[in-house]
Order: sequence, then structure tokens, then C-alpha cells
Amino acid sequence: MTTLDHVVGEVATPEFEHANEQLKRRRGFLMALPAYAYLVVFFALPLVFVVIYSFATRNRFGGTDLAGWNLDSYQRLFTDDLVGTILARSLWLALLTTVICLVIAYPFAYYMSTRPESVRNLMLVFVMIPFWTNFLVRNYAWRVILGTDGPLSQTTEFLGLGPQKYLFTSTAIVLGMVYGFLPFMVLPLYAAIERIDHGLLEAARDLYGTGVQSFRHVLLPLSMPGVIAGSILVFVPSLGAYVTPEILGGAKTKLLGSHIVTQFLEARNWPFGAALSFVLMAVMLATTIIYFRKGGRTL
Amino acid sequence: MSDVTTGSAAVELRNVTKRFDEVVAVDAIDLTIADGEFFALLGPSGCGKTTTLRMIAGLEFPTEGSLKIFGDEVGTLPPNKRPVNTVFQNYALFPHMNVLDNVAFGLKMQGVDKHEARSRAQESIGLVQLGGMEKRRPSQLSGGQQQRVALARALVNEPKVLLLDEPLGALDLKLRQEMQSELKSLQQELGVSFVFVTHDQEEALTMSDRIAVMDKGELLQVGSPEQIYEHPANRFVADFIGQTNLLEGTVADHETVVLSNGTRIAAHSDLAAGSAVALSLRPERASLHSRGQDVTDGANVDGVVARVTYLGNALVYIVNLDWMEIEVRDENNPGADRFHEGDEVSVLWSTESVSVVTN
Repeated sequence: MTTLDHVVGEVATPEFEHANEQLKRRRGFLMALPAYAYLVVFFALPLVFVVIYSFATRNRFGGTDLAGWNLDSYQRLFTDDLVGTILARSLWLALLTTVICLVIAYPFAYYMSTRPESVRNLMLVFVMIPFWTNFLVRNYAWRVILGTDGPLSQTTEFLGLGPQKYLFTSTAIVLGMVYGFLPFMVLPLYAAIERIDHGLLEAARDLYGTGVQSFRHVLLPLSMPGVIAGSILVFVPSLGAYVTPEILGGAKTKLLGSHIVTQFLEARNWPFGAALSFVLMAVMLATTIIYFRKGGRTL
Repeated sequence: MSDVTTGSAAVELRNVTKRFDEVVAVDAIDLTIADGEFFALLGPSGCGKTTTLRMIAGLEFPTEGSLKIFGDEVGTLPPNKRPVNTVFQNYALFPHMNVLDNVAFGLKMQGVDKHEARSRAQESIGLVQLGGMEKRRPSQLSGGQQQRVALARALVNEPKVLLLDEPLGALDLKLRQEMQSELKSLQQELGVSFVFVTHDQEEALTMSDRIAVMDKGELLQVGSPEQIYEHPANRFVADFIGQTNLLEGTVADHETVVLSNGTRIAAHSDLAAGSAVALSLRPERASLHSRGQDVTDGANVDGVVARVTYLGNALVYIVNLDWMEIEVRDENNPGADRFHEGDEVSVLWSTESVSVVTN
């Protein structure tokens, strides 16, 4: 306050503007303080621990020696064939999940955006209904659906295709993950498409564009922010998924998430588990950044 | 009413009806728009003028009736298969493309060679005087400039009919007047039909060769600006186009109308005796005189000046006739009689100045 006294009554000087600017910034900071505090204590600090552990050594008894930092765990990432296989499988299944979600969600989000507002809100509720039930329980429900005596298998048998094995395969994992993460694709896509002026599509048709051309040249580029946000929101959790692969996948379809858990709980190799986690995070961060760069300004 | 022969018809609507669920937006209209004509669809909001335009564009399909463009039935043909282009009300410019790509869009969609599309787009941008703006995004342009881009984007395709949906609505008065004369000369230069939707009767009068007046989905009158202003087909048209006084009455015979207060007025009509009508008297067609002056020709009613409004170029008098108020507009000429509040006056007009309109 006292710093402002000497400029009162004058036309806004750079000094005054500067003080004003500072005041604004400080006010914003206070608002964000609880979130900052929470993130630092419960997110940033544990992350630092993960990084520290990844440079430590596993001792003979399954404990961790923090003394004597080394890069052994990171070296193992490149020499251990199992890690390569699991990483490749995880990336592939996450990518597949993302693409399937995108293909299913896009037309639905577009359809939703063309409905009257009351219908839209009802549809939004339907999209979010699965969240009302525990994720774990829903995954077990999939186990029943995909099981040998499940409705899916019975249907194929009825059609004369014989009983099919779905459970404990990569197909089961992708089905489960698409189911689990689909709302994360629908919501940002809907938000992006709903904002687009429908008149632009009419203009595209008026200017001799076919339906497909209007989609490619007008709707798709304008909804890109939603496509990018939805893809990140599905790809990132798919890559690190633990619950779904654990329940629906088998021993032959192990993914990164499970492998990390194994390192901590069974192999009792915390440094290697930490290194794996850290690399996984780095991969996610890299894909996110690349995606954002490609999409220009988004979200 | 002037009508055109089918041979030169750019757009022909026969008995076209458009229903949205149970709401009738356009009710069985017949309309023929000639090639090379500047045609206005005029009416208040919700009258069906925009729906009519959108049906010509292919953005809506008629529920019933026949719609032809240059003789070809186009009823349910999608917009991309019609030789027409639209300038949209909010311009609908593609925000993710620059001016050049916006304008070249239609050519690109038609598969025109890239270099040709570019040069034609550039030419079209020059036509609307936006040379040098090719690389700008729509968001970096003023409203008037966006309007020109929308125009260029439609015209570059050389449409046989250009459709304009309230294109000047968002512009301020001065810019609007400028664009009015520019559009008019552009249309004359290109020689293609412009079909223009507006709710602004002054705009329609200024620009159009012919005007179609619509209300509640119905076509009330089609004619030149002069025909519509001088001989309105009914009460709504008389009231909607320009200012007018409507004096209620009934037809006595073909040359006489009895006003609701019993005054007999000479006015020509072909209506049966006893028909309820109104006399439409334009404010500028009436004049004020001190009471008791000789009436040489025409008709007059007596009243008292209730209000005077000074407009600079004119004076507007509101005259109280006991049973209604009448507006009279006088040119502000030096030497002309000026009247004041409370003056007892006669309102005078010549017989051919009024038209008899039905409800």
C-alpha cells in the first residue's frame, strides 16, 4: 500500500503499472497455493524419491542401499530382453486402445453435439454412468462376459463357431481398456466439436465439398484439440494400466504396469522398479509434448 | 404484377412448402426469379425468407413442391451439386485457413488445378478490394473485410445464382450503405442473379430489381420497389414497407371509401361494397393546411397538431383526428408554413396518393 502512495493522482506511470502487475500476480498465487502445496508434498516429493531409488542398488536381502549411486538399473533396461518385449507390447496395446477409442468416440461425439441441449445432457450422463461403479468391480464383470461360459463365448458357440477363448488374451485387455477409457475420449471430443459453428460445415457443403471432404478439411482440423486431448487421456493411462491387464490378461500378456509391480513386490528390486517407472513417465511426457507440439495451441 | 417467362428463370419455386415437424415455415409459395436479377426476399424475422433461401441453396429440402434452378429440378440435391453459392449471415469463414485458402476452398473441392485455383482466388480477392490480405486469418480482419472475403469465396466459383443471407446485418450504418452500392454494381457487372434475404425494407428498396414480401411463411407480394411501395397488396405490406397511416373504413363503391368516423373519401378500388379496408396514406403524401382553406382536389380530414418533431431535413407532425392519430411529413423548406402544437389544421391529400388495402 505504502509503495502506491507516491503515485496516487498521477496518470498511470510504468512504475504504477508494475506495482499493479505485481499485485495481480501475487493475488493469483495465493489462490493457487493449496494446489501447489498438495502437488509438491504428494506428487513432486515422491517423484524425487523414485528418481533417487532408481540410482540405488539392491542388496542381497532385497533391501535397497542408497549409498554408491550407479546406472546399473538403467543399463538393465537395455539389456533385459523381457523389458523390451513388455514395453513393445504395452506401447502397441495402448496405441490400439487409443485408435479404437477415437474411431468409436468421434462419430458419437459429433452425433451428441447435433442433438438438442436437453438430450445432450442426458447423453453426457450416460457416458459418465460407468464411473459410478468401482473400476475393479467392472473389470471383474468383464471376466464373466469374456469367460468360457460367458455370453460372448456362448454366442459364438450357438453360431457354430465353437467356444472361443477371449479371457487372458491381448484382445481381452484391449476390450477392457477401450471400455474403461472410452469416456476420456468422448468428453474432450464432444467439448471440441460442440464449440464448432455448424454453419462452417454448411459453408463447406455449399462450396462443393462432399460430406467426407467437409469432414477432412473443416470438422477434423477444427476438432483437433479434442482429438489430441482425448488421445493423451486414453494413451497415457493405457500405457501404465495395471488393473485391467492384471484381471483380464494372462501371464503371457504381461504389461509394463504389472512388471513394475512385480519388481517392487516380488523381485524386491526397488531400484529397477523405480528406473522402469521413471522411463515410463519419460515416454509419456515425450509423447504428450510431441502431440501438443503437432497440434499447435490446444486445450 | 411483373412476372418472367420460364425460359429465362434462374430459380423457379412451384407450390413449395417447408414444414419443421408441425410448424409450417414456408407455405405453398410460387416464385420465379429471372436470370440476372437482383431479387430481395423481405420480411420480419420468422417469416420464412431464410428457409426459402436455404432451400434454394440445398441446406434444407422442401417438404412439398418443385424447385428448379435453370430448368433442372433440384429438390433434394445436396448443396455441393447445385450451381449456387451462399454468403452466410455470420460469413462462416473457416477460422483455420487464411483468406486465400478460404477463397480457394470451393475450387479445391471441385478439383481445380492448384495453380489455377490460386490465381482465380487472387483475382476474386482483388475484385472485392482485399489485395494484400491473402495471408491473414479471418480473426485478423474487420467485420467489413470478413464480409468481402465471404463474397469473394462465393463468387470465385462463378455461381449461376448468388444467395446472400442478411449479409449486411452485422455492419454499421455507413459501411452498410457503402456495401449496398458496391453489391449492386458488382451484380450489374457480373450479370448473375443475386437473391438477397433482408428484414430491412430500406435496404430492399435501395438495391433490388424486384422484391418478394413474406410474412408467416406466405408470399404476400412480388414486384418492383415502386410497385410495392405505391401499390401494396395488403395492409401488412403497406405497413412493413416504409411508414404509413392506416385509416380504417369500408368500401361504399368503386370510387368511395367510408372511414370509420363516417367521412366519405374518394379512393379507387375494385372491391365489393361493404368490404372492410384501410386507406394507406404515406406521411410524405399528406400536407397540412390551416382549417377553412379551399380544397381544390383530393380529400381532407380535420384535426389538431399534437406533436411536432424536427428532423433537420423534414418536420414530422402528429395530428390528432379524435378517432386516430395521423403522421404527416413536410419537407423543411424556407417559406413553407410551420405549424405548432395545438394548431387546428386540415390534413390534405390527392386521390391518387392513397391506396386501399385489405387485411
